[in-house]
Amino acid sequence: MTAVGEARRPDRRRAGWWVIAEKELGDHVTSLRFIILLLILAAAVAVTLYFASARIRDLAPQVSGIPAVFIALFTLGPEDIPILRFDIFVGFLAPLLGIAFGFDSVNVERSEGTLPRLVAQPIHRDDVINGKFAAGLAVIAVMLAALAALVAGVGIVRLGIVPSPAEVIRLIVWYLLTLVYVGFWLAFATLLSVVIRRAAASALFLAFGLWVVVTFFWDLMATVVANAFAPASGTADQVLRNLQVHELLTRFSPATLYQEASLVVLNPGAGASDISVPGTIGQFVQGQQQIPSLHSLDQSLLLVWPQVVILVALMVLSFAAAYVLFMRQEIRA
Amino acid sequence: MPGPRAKPTARLASRPRPQHQATQEPAADGWDPDAIIQTRGLTKRYGTLTAVDHLDLAIRPGEIFALLGPNGAGKTTTVLMLLGLSEPSGGEARVVGLDPTRHPLEVKRRVGYLPDNVGFYGGLTARQNLRYTAYLNGLGRREADERIESLLEQVDLTADAHRRVGEFSRGMRQRLGIADALISDPALLILDEPTIAIDPIGVAEILALIRGLVREHGLTVLLSSHLLEQVESICDRVGIFCRGKLLAQGTVVDLAAQAVGDDEIVLEVGANAPGEVLEAALAVIPGVERIGRHEVDDRLRLVTAGRDLRVELVRELGARDLPPIHLVRRGEALEAIYRRHIEQCEGGSR
Repeated sequence: MTAVGEARRPDRRRAGWWVIAEKELGDHVTSLRFIILLLILAAAVAVTLYFASARIRDLAPQVSGIPAVFIALFTLGPEDIPILRFDIFVGFLAPLLGIAFGFDSVNVERSEGTLPRLVAQPIHRDDVINGKFAAGLAVIAVMLAALAALVAGVGIVRLGIVPSPAEVIRLIVWYLLTLVYVGFWLAFATLLSVVIRRAAASALFLAFGLWVVVTFFWDLMATVVANAFAPASGTADQVLRNLQVHELLTRFSPATLYQEASLVVLNPGAGASDISVPGTIGQFVQGQQQIPSLHSLDQSLLLVWPQVVILVALMVLSFAAAYVLFMRQEIRA
Repeated sequence: MPGPRAKPTARLASRPRPQHQATQEPAADGWDPDAIIQTRGLTKRYGTLTAVDHLDLAIRPGEIFALLGPNGAGKTTTVLMLLGLSEPSGGEARVVGLDPTRHPLEVKRRVGYLPDNVGFYGGLTARQNLRYTAYLNGLGRREADERIESLLEQVDLTADAHRRVGEFSRGMRQRLGIADALISDPALLILDEPTIAIDPIGVAEILALIRGLVREHGLTVLLSSHLLEQVESICDRVGIFCRGKLLAQGTVVDLAAQAVGDDEIVLEVGANAPGEVLEAALAVIPGVERIGRHEVDDRLRLVTAGRDLRVELVRELGARDLPPIHLVRRGEALEAIYRRHIEQCEGGSR
């Protein structure tokens, strides 16, 4: 109906969200936080790589004992300090990436007074939040890919380990899984940046606080509650009950879900007994007697499908909440 | 690339704006086909607060219309509704012939907007900031660059274009904001408090810039301000706005005429002598009805009279060896009517 309007529409080679994503991406990669995070992650990778290769060298004589040597680069570390394993370390630090690139995405536009000018441009309002989220996710994707490629590259060149196709696919699946997990943190931080209108710092503290709780204290709290339900040492039934309550509680944490999924995806040898507590004593005994076997990728995925689905859902829901709130907010504070 | 965008440089040259490029919407009943902005019963409520109360406004192409009113009168809310950035609670608006609620993108494409307290990305240079806006408006790299250079020239920021906006003064930001609003080559420019918190020289520069733009490009300008004296000189028509209501609107001359007649004339007088001495001399001059003290300056006196006594005062005071060194007629008509409206409105509901 608006014939003249149609005629004046600019060409479609660059949609609004794309222009915004480009600009945000430029801001991210030139920002101090990007450099700092890159340095931290690079240091983490160097350390884990060192320990992983040391373990692999130790185990080399009986290398046939390691089911998948290439992928072991990502999952081996000193036996007593699990945090120095690549997969655990990344699971630990990766949320910080999501927080760092999301916590100030909308509220800074507000506090700097650029939001009214931005939304007055001929773009849809959701272009703003879509573009920002896309840019954040892109930066994170590139950083994670670089880190994984670094580990793989060093493994191939220095240790002479050649990956099998199945291992490469496992690594890619793990990468996507990690991206979804970090995407959840990015979406959550973006949500906070929409809700907390004025100070970006308070959004940062809230997101950071949740990260601390989820990664450091959740397990502790679950243990305390589980011990209140049933003693941790006692009859087999009591111990089992304790473990079940503990498992139930820890699974409310996205960090646990990610750790379980990551463990199974990266370890062909990991089975159900590695991530879940048996339901009965009988199952427990059965698990003990099981002959360790290697799973194919689809079997591994089947095992952690619930975890994967919940992580995807968490990311989508957080972003949807941020999106809806942003669309409904008044431009003026 | 549609036709009108093809030659950006050509578009910068002065050319008469088509008075009415609407035809977009069939001239529905009651809508003035000549108005570039029209509102009918436009209302915005936030909970119990009515920010804009049944606003009826019509602005014609080519004029500079000033929305005057104190802070919190609903000026910014009105502007946001005109741009489709805020949904009206009632009533309707037509901007460049379109309903901004239903066609926000079309409206925003043709309207340049300088927000109240405009912000820029402090870490980017002036040029980078403008380029971002240009790309958001769908301009290609080359036409964006040409347009940006030409606009920087017009707002006199070419020399500072490579600097980060974080280092800019308020006045420079405001001029950059005007360049930013003009990137899309709009038919209508909406300026929200363009002169706020700027030093007097900066204000004069910005007002001169706005006037020049209107003359050169045939733009229509809607500006809002709470400082009458700053915009009075450049606007064709004003609307006095308070508590969401439009109290009066019309040309400066019309509104001034309303004020004349029923208003006394007040003169500020000052001489090179103490206030008391001056007062004694003034008291005996025929025509002086009342003498009052100036609110701030102890050496000045306010003379109320039925007519303009300036010539008599110069003569009489000169004869008494007290030649006036300060003689100003206060409450020039428009300011008086503005003040009276605002005081009534604010006083009435307090």
